[in-house]
Amino acid sequence: MTEPDAEIVQFDNVGLRYGTGKEALTDISFTLYPGRFYFLTGASGAGKTSLLKLLYLAQRPSRGLIRMFGTDAITLPRERLPGFRRRLGVVFQDFRLVQHLSAFDNVALPLRVAGVAEREITKPVDEMLDWVGLADRRDARPATLSGGEQQRVAIARAVIARPDMLVADEPTGNVDPEMALKLLRLFESLGRLGTTVVVATHDVHLIRKVPDSLIMRLDKGRLSDPTGALRYPPRRSPPAGEPPLSAAPRDALDGQPLGFSPA
Amino acid sequence: MNGTGLIGGSRRGEPGLLPDPRLGSPMPWVIAIVIALTVIAAASGLGLRNAAARASADLNGGVTVQIVTAAPTDRNHQADAALATLTRFPGVVEARRVAQDQLDTLLEPWLGTRPGDTIDDLPIPALIDVRLDTPATPERIGALLGAIARVAPAARVDGEAAWLTPVFHAIATLQWLAGGLIALLAMATIAAVVLAARNALAGHRETIEIVHMLGGTDAQIARVFQRTAAMEAAAGGIIGLFAGIVAIVALSRQFSALGSGMVGGAMLAWTDWVVIALIPAGGVGLAVLTARLTVLSALRRML
Repeated sequence: MTEPDAEIVQFDNVGLRYGTGKEALTDISFTLYPGRFYFLTGASGAGKTSLLKLLYLAQRPSRGLIRMFGTDAITLPRERLPGFRRRLGVVFQDFRLVQHLSAFDNVALPLRVAGVAEREITKPVDEMLDWVGLADRRDARPATLSGGEQQRVAIARAVIARPDMLVADEPTGNVDPEMALKLLRLFESLGRLGTTVVVATHDVHLIRKVPDSLIMRLDKGRLSDPTGALRYPPRRSPPAGEPPLSAAPRDALDGQPLGFSPA
Repeated sequence: MNGTGLIGGSRRGEPGLLPDPRLGSPMPWVIAIVIALTVIAAASGLGLRNAAARASADLNGGVTVQIVTAAPTDRNHQADAALATLTRFPGVVEARRVAQDQLDTLLEPWLGTRPGDTIDDLPIPALIDVRLDTPATPERIGALLGAIARVAPAARVDGEAAWLTPVFHAIATLQWLAGGLIALLAMATIAAVVLAARNALAGHRETIEIVHMLGGTDAQIARVFQRTAAMEAAAGGIIGLFAGIVAIVALSRQFSALGSGMVGGAMLAWTDWVVIALIPAGGVGLAVLTARLTVLSALRRML
């Protein structure tokens, strides 16, 4: 069971403003717990990518508090950022693969950056490539891969080091439904191993395929809470023996204006 | 300078973080020119130092005593008396009167050698060449003059090194000039590496951001740049060293042909050649340090 004080991420009245424009995110407060599966949804321009950037430490907020892994992430010294980022897996919407590296080397990159010995890299990377159906494309450069193949490489790279939190921006947008479901199962299995999964998507069908997931909906930079489960502090403490924030997300989806277009 | 010239990775350390190095970029050639000029400047500075040191060692203990009087008999008398005093004087290793035929030879270019000419009647000073066991300081010269003044009141005493003081000053100035040139060339190296590193950073900004997002540290990224800077500087350094040595050898042959004693003293010792051979290593070190500081400074501005 996960206790409320074991939160992995905590946002408290966070605001984000680019330059002197209006706030892209306003009064964002929520808490994420280990091993849970969260969907982040909202219309285009609602602020999903901005929120993800805050989650994977690519952006600092203009105001508010962010705690991550029990530490204040806003005042985190720059030299400690790499250690935090190694605990994160990120699937970028545009994949952001390293173009001069093969599929194998792209997937191996987080392990190499973390200093894992070369002899301990080959087997898990090959297994991961096999799992995402790219075993025969291990030596291909990103430029020679299709969009779907690049997306699978990006996902394999994000999960290879078994991160504490996986942040994925439209991770199944370029793959066929069968592969999308397979990747969702991969994310779920990571969740069972303790990884917190945050997936930004427009795809309501995808959300319906993940039981027990929780929904964070952004609307014009503000977070609404269709599951009633993301408030900080939590609306209620989880009863003993029951995971926290376990409001029925499936029910919450029904009849809610989620702000996305079903695929 | 293209943006990829300073980027590289290897299978050890930070494998493949950034694309492989391209040594075809201009940086090795810039480094080669800088190293060649540095080698020539350093060799010149060291050669001048050697020439000055050798001349100084030769002349430091040398003193010339002149008996300046017009009367030949009195001049000879005073010269003999001064020589006798000098040979007994403490610290005098050798005292030798310059023979008349040697004086004639010295004066021949100015006074000629026509048959029947004689210089005996000219009031030419008698010369005594004195060699001391220690440098001829003003105090020692004063003591010598005091000792012989009683028996040779027409005597003048000069330290030989004093004659060359303006030459030594000129040599020292040239040595400073060589040092200044080396400093300027070092600054040119720094500027070339800074420009190459900045271009390379700009050209690979996206990859660097990805590596950062995956938990890569500034030091890991900087090491890739350092390694490439080292390779390119080493390649340029070897070429520059070779070109510089060719120039030194050619110049030394030209100067040797002059047959001047001071130029002969400007030959390089083996320790000087070691110093010259280490110049490319210094260039590599400077390039690596510059690349590291440039990259780390730029990365600190990224989140």
